[in-house]
Amino acid sequence: MNATLRHAAWVLRGNPVTLLAGLGTFVLLLLALIGPALLAYDPIASNVPMALQPPSAAHWFGTDQLGRDVFSRVIAATRLDLAIAASAVALSFALGAMIGAFCGYIGGRLDRWVGRFVDVLMAFPLFVLAMALVAALGNRVENIIYATAIINLPFYIRFARAEVNVRRNLGWVEAARCSGHGPVGVVMRFLLPNILPAMAVQVSLNLGWAILNAAGLSFLGLGVRPPTPEWGIMVAEGARFITSGKWWLVVCPGAALMFAVLCFNLLGDGLRDILDPRLRT
Amino acid sequence: MSGLLSVADLHVSFTTRHGTVPALRGVSLSLAAGETLGLVGESGSGKSVTALAVMRLLDRAAQVTGGRITFRCEDITQAGRGIMQPLRGAAMSMIFQNPRAALNPIRPVGLQIADVLRAHRALSAAAARDQALDLLRAVHIREPERRLGAYPHELSGGMCQRVMIAMAISCEPALLIADEPTTGLDVTTQKAVMDLLGEIIAGRGMALLLITHDLGLAAQQCDRIAVMERGEVVEEAPPAALFGAPRHPYTRRLVAASPTPRSEVHTLIGLPPPLAVQAPPPGPPLLEVEGLGKRFGPGPPAVDDVSFRIAPGESLGLVGESGSGKSTIARLVCRLLDPSAGQIRFSGEAIDAFPAARFHAHPRRRDIQLVFQDPGDSLNPRFSACQSIADPLRKLLGLSDPAELRRRATFLAERCGLEGSLLDRFPHQLSGGQRARVGIARAIACEPKLLVLDEPTAALDVSVQAVILNLLDRLRRDTGLGFLFVSHDLNVVRMMCERTVVLQAGRVVETGPSARLFSAPTAPYTAALLAAIPHFNPPAALTPAARA
Repeated sequence: MNATLRHAAWVLRGNPVTLLAGLGTFVLLLLALIGPALLAYDPIASNVPMALQPPSAAHWFGTDQLGRDVFSRVIAATRLDLAIAASAVALSFALGAMIGAFCGYIGGRLDRWVGRFVDVLMAFPLFVLAMALVAALGNRVENIIYATAIINLPFYIRFARAEVNVRRNLGWVEAARCSGHGPVGVVMRFLLPNILPAMAVQVSLNLGWAILNAAGLSFLGLGVRPPTPEWGIMVAEGARFITSGKWWLVVCPGAALMFAVLCFNLLGDGLRDILDPRLRT
Repeated sequence: MSGLLSVADLHVSFTTRHGTVPALRGVSLSLAAGETLGLVGESGSGKSVTALAVMRLLDRAAQVTGGRITFRCEDITQAGRGIMQPLRGAAMSMIFQNPRAALNPIRPVGLQIADVLRAHRALSAAAARDQALDLLRAVHIREPERRLGAYPHELSGGMCQRVMIAMAISCEPALLIADEPTTGLDVTTQKAVMDLLGEIIAGRGMALLLITHDLGLAAQQCDRIAVMERGEVVEEAPPAALFGAPRHPYTRRLVAASPTPRSEVHTLIGLPPPLAVQAPPPGPPLLEVEGLGKRFGPGPPAVDDVSFRIAPGESLGLVGESGSGKSTIARLVCRLLDPSAGQIRFSGEAIDAFPAARFHAHPRRRDIQLVFQDPGDSLNPRFSACQSIADPLRKLLGLSDPAELRRRATFLAERCGLEGSLLDRFPHQLSGGQRARVGIARAIACEPKLLVLDEPTAALDVSVQAVILNLLDRLRRDTGLGFLFVSHDLNVVRMMCERTVVLQAGRVVETGPSARLFSAPTAPYTAALLAAIPHFNPPAALTPAARA
């Protein structure tokens, strides 16, 4: 453990961008956990006399058309947006890595069938597919998660399959077979842990993409409904007022969205360096 | 002496995360025009760094911290691109170890040779092509007109190296640096390539700096040999003097550790001969292979009608060049692959009928184990040495108590000469020899009856190879293991095995007792293989008889 920490410290020292992204991610997680408890205003209660106030000392990000504090709503939305993205990515990572790894290791008919399924899935415009899924399954938060997970799945399957394919004939895989491991043991105990560092990069990049995807669906009115604070809906609602110069309604939640996506994307590369044991000495 | 190249007291160090590491610590060499200098030593001794420093091709982490490199009376120690670019290729050029990797895979080789010519001389495309054709003729490539348009993947390893040589000599450089030019090539190909190289440098009066780990090769090719150890030249002498009376202790160890037609396993590390092996008890053979065949897709089979048997406690050698099917046979016997034809019987039990995909659950799985060629990729990067050794114990013997596993892993590791303190290290924190020991400890963990060794020392330095061979030999004496010893190195097989099978293109060419087969081969192919091994005359001073 000590060695891992030392190694992480070494990677971060040479890579301040990763350190910043890591700090940003930490702040986001903290806000998601305890943010709602710290707020000065109720993010849902309307206060019409105070509607559409520009940013001020009392309302840092101004107020919206119902007089709700935009800053409180942006903070309160962190938990929902991160939860949707994280569970969607966790779901598609777990399923995709497993399916891909088994396809890559076993090959044959399983590989061909899964390969064609992935091809079909990727032939759809993915965002349209997600919209169709949410529309068909019902307009609920968990359906946004499932839809986001399904459209991410092909990338994980392909990635894991390719990573396993280059390793399946290495000495240590044959040694595992000689040591009595069957296909399940070889994949779960040997191959999956070894492709994890490369997958971690993919996960981190995908988190940003999943947040954008969830926000996009909400923006179109699918999934999360008003008055729940969520970055996508806030941008959608604020868009009606941007022509009248009420920029803070769009820019503030948009900036939060951008910050989150940026943090996760920048974290990716640093994470790979930290997780790869071969870079440790 | 008309010095072409002189290197004086050269110091090079590398900047790493743990500070500065010296790679060369005062190397001095000189090379006259037309002379051949051998640079021998084990991995990490600084041979390649020396060559790269001369070519000014060191990477950015390396720094020349002292000394001088003079080429044709000009100091090039800190020469920049402007000086080096016209020199490289034209006045000095280099041949690399892996010719296939050094050639551009998406450009025909004829054009690649022409590129070098046109980079240094004002030539039209047609003239460059004609010269490239002449060069391919000079390196004795058959059907040179046709090969001009060939891509590297369409050529064999030996032909790729010939193309590399053609490129290197295209502008008639005064100095040729060959960094392990034949490592990874078969012995017969190696001989052909080295003969060609010798002919070319003699014919054109080039000087050659030959970097190699193979003492025999250096002895055959070089006028003088410099031995490097840990960034220093410890001894420099003509081959006869060097091998006849090595002065430095390191040279002596290196000469002793290099297998020759007369060496025995124990003489490699200077030990007295061990007690004779007791004759294995008569009984059914441990392994019987009959009419074994394996076909991958269309084309000729990889293994065709191979039969042999191994008695309990016997060691059988399997030799052949690349593509002879020896590794495939190893995997068929280990039941990692299914044969297309033939039978494999283990202690009288037919095990070929059980599919390889499910053999991991077969009760015989623990009796047949494999030791791999490259100790680097035969260990799971995410397992510590202890976990790697304990893995078969957990799966095949069903042990799960961590303390018991640890105790057994420590015992096995010590048996294989690996200190217990290294058990918590990961593969990348171990040296090549230590990794090889972990691989052997893992293979013998469940006390198998047959150990299949697939080129177990091919990736190791000679001194490490000597120790590992002794370890294997001792294990066999102590435990009565049967060995199927796969190797391309005939000297190693002769020392390690009682009987030997020679393979060519998937078929058995000759089978017989090793002593007879290597002294009086009956098949012409075996004789050709033996003749191709580069030898140096082992000095009388080092043979055990003279020492005693």
